[in-house]
Amino acid sequence: MNTRQLNSRTSISQAVRNSFTMAYRGLLKVRRTPEQLFDVTFQPIIFTLMFTYIFGGAIAGNVDNYLPMIIPGILIQTLIGASVASGVQLRDDMDKGVFDRFKSLPIARIAPLAGALLADVVRYVIAAVLTFTIGFLIGYRPEGGVASVALAIVFSIGCTWAVSWIFAFFGVIARNAASVQGISMLALFPLMFLSNAFVPVKTMPDWLQWIAKANPLSHMITAVRELTNHGTIGTDFIISLIGAGAIVAIFAPITVRVYMRRA
Amino acid sequence: MGHKHRSASEHQEWAVEAHGLVKVFGDHRAVDGLELRVRTGTIYGVLGPNGAGKTTTIRMLATLLRPDGGSAQIFGYDVVKQPQIVRQLIGVTGQYASVDETLSAVENLMIFCRLLGLSRAEARRKTSELLEEFGLTEAAKRPLKHFSGGMRRRLDLAASLIAQPPLIFLDEPTTGLDPITRNQMWETIRRLVRMGSTVLLTTQYLQEADELADRIAVINHGRVVAEGTPDELKTSVGQSSLQVKLQQPEKIEAAKRIIEHVLRIRSSISAETGNITASMADPDQVTDVLVALRQEGIRLAEVNVQKPTLDEVFLAITGHGTKKDEEEFSVLREVR
Repeated sequence: MNTRQLNSRTSISQAVRNSFTMAYRGLLKVRRTPEQLFDVTFQPIIFTLMFTYIFGGAIAGNVDNYLPMIIPGILIQTLIGASVASGVQLRDDMDKGVFDRFKSLPIARIAPLAGALLADVVRYVIAAVLTFTIGFLIGYRPEGGVASVALAIVFSIGCTWAVSWIFAFFGVIARNAASVQGISMLALFPLMFLSNAFVPVKTMPDWLQWIAKANPLSHMITAVRELTNHGTIGTDFIISLIGAGAIVAIFAPITVRVYMRRA
Repeated sequence: MGHKHRSASEHQEWAVEAHGLVKVFGDHRAVDGLELRVRTGTIYGVLGPNGAGKTTTIRMLATLLRPDGGSAQIFGYDVVKQPQIVRQLIGVTGQYASVDETLSAVENLMIFCRLLGLSRAEARRKTSELLEEFGLTEAAKRPLKHFSGGMRRRLDLAASLIAQPPLIFLDEPTTGLDPITRNQMWETIRRLVRMGSTVLLTTQYLQEADELADRIAVINHGRVVAEGTPDELKTSVGQSSLQVKLQQPEKIEAAKRIIEHVLRIRSSISAETGNITASMADPDQVTDVLVALRQEGIRLAEVNVQKPTLDEVFLAITGHGTKKDEEEFSVLREVR
């Protein structure tokens, strides 16, 4: 107790270790409150079944023709929706007393934030695997093969993780969890429907086509479709990755900045 | 890394030194030029009513809140310039338990241990050691939702002790606890100091500060209004406090004069009850007061001799009679 080694900075390796401990905490919380998983379990199941059987005939002639189009759409929709919950839960967590303790501990300042986003990857994996499983059960046979589907899952989770920084930013600046939910949903709904997720873009009026094609979600969905249905990597894949990188490059530093100032 | 300090921190004379500390929320000066010095190895009590700035002060000293003015050092390290070092020297137990409600006691402690850099095996050993020490072993696996207030507080304190910090902040450690649990908490705090820690605790109760603290700072409106040992503070308000109620309220002025004359101090009349309250240096003086009142033919409805309360310490320190102080007095009553 007399000779205490004091460090004025935390090392990178400590930051990584602290973040993993915080991620572990996030997972423990999920185990205690499994209702946190509702959005990544029931939503892919219900939406896949609903959209496929309601719109399948009208849009693609029959259900089997619609599956290659709708499954990637539902995948991205569910994942991006789940990333909103990351921001909401982060805010909720930051308002709790335990965050005071984290702030008073000599740990890497970024750990609670990084840990939360890391733990959410598990939620994304559940959502992605469930979506493809349901699709498979109702007759979807991706022509790209297992490896392409696996790559599509990794790709979409990576992009979602990047997007979750945007909502983490909302979470950090917002006054309470409900307002994060409000802001995020407002941004999310147009983004989801003004895309190629559910219908072919060419059925839209010209001006809307322009918006739908520019929509970053459309690029992600097209990239997933090309992978799962043809096993190919196209320009949309590259554009999505560049976009995801740009989001992280912009939002990660400002989120961390604001978070540290508040923390 | 090149930023290592081999510290002799625990041998510093002052565990806490704060000068002119200020924190402003909107147009409210929550802490307003606060001065504080805590000697290493002692228990220091910060006494004051709700809203006096106690929690805000602790949050600034614990690097949770950035001061708007002044400076503070923990074992010589500045809380603003060297927060990460300060955090390695302190443990904080908040007014509202700073533990994870959804997790169990074991999970909470394990996570804090791991964050503090203990290996898995060390963390497991430390966790069971602390659970044992704080009598939480039986409830260790249950989620905290089912914990009583006292158990939560104990877990919170246990979590603050993982790294054996030389300075521990306790923000109202016994508020809302039953007397038995409160006494256990007091015993724990005393043990900490015997083991060489310094403790800074806030409280609303004079009795608590009296029981535990080596020195006390009384704060009000974000300032230290009195500082000293418990004995010094109590002597300033007298050993005990006398309360009398008259059968004939119209004689209250006469009675007040007699009491002031006999005790050679000024008393105060509390408006809402028609009571006269006066502090006495020696409880024995009550006989003199009663004899004098009888000689003047003033008949009493009620007599009460009590130990001084926080109300009276405040009254004595902030002065008598002015309208502002009377308001303060009644505010304090509500608080208690």
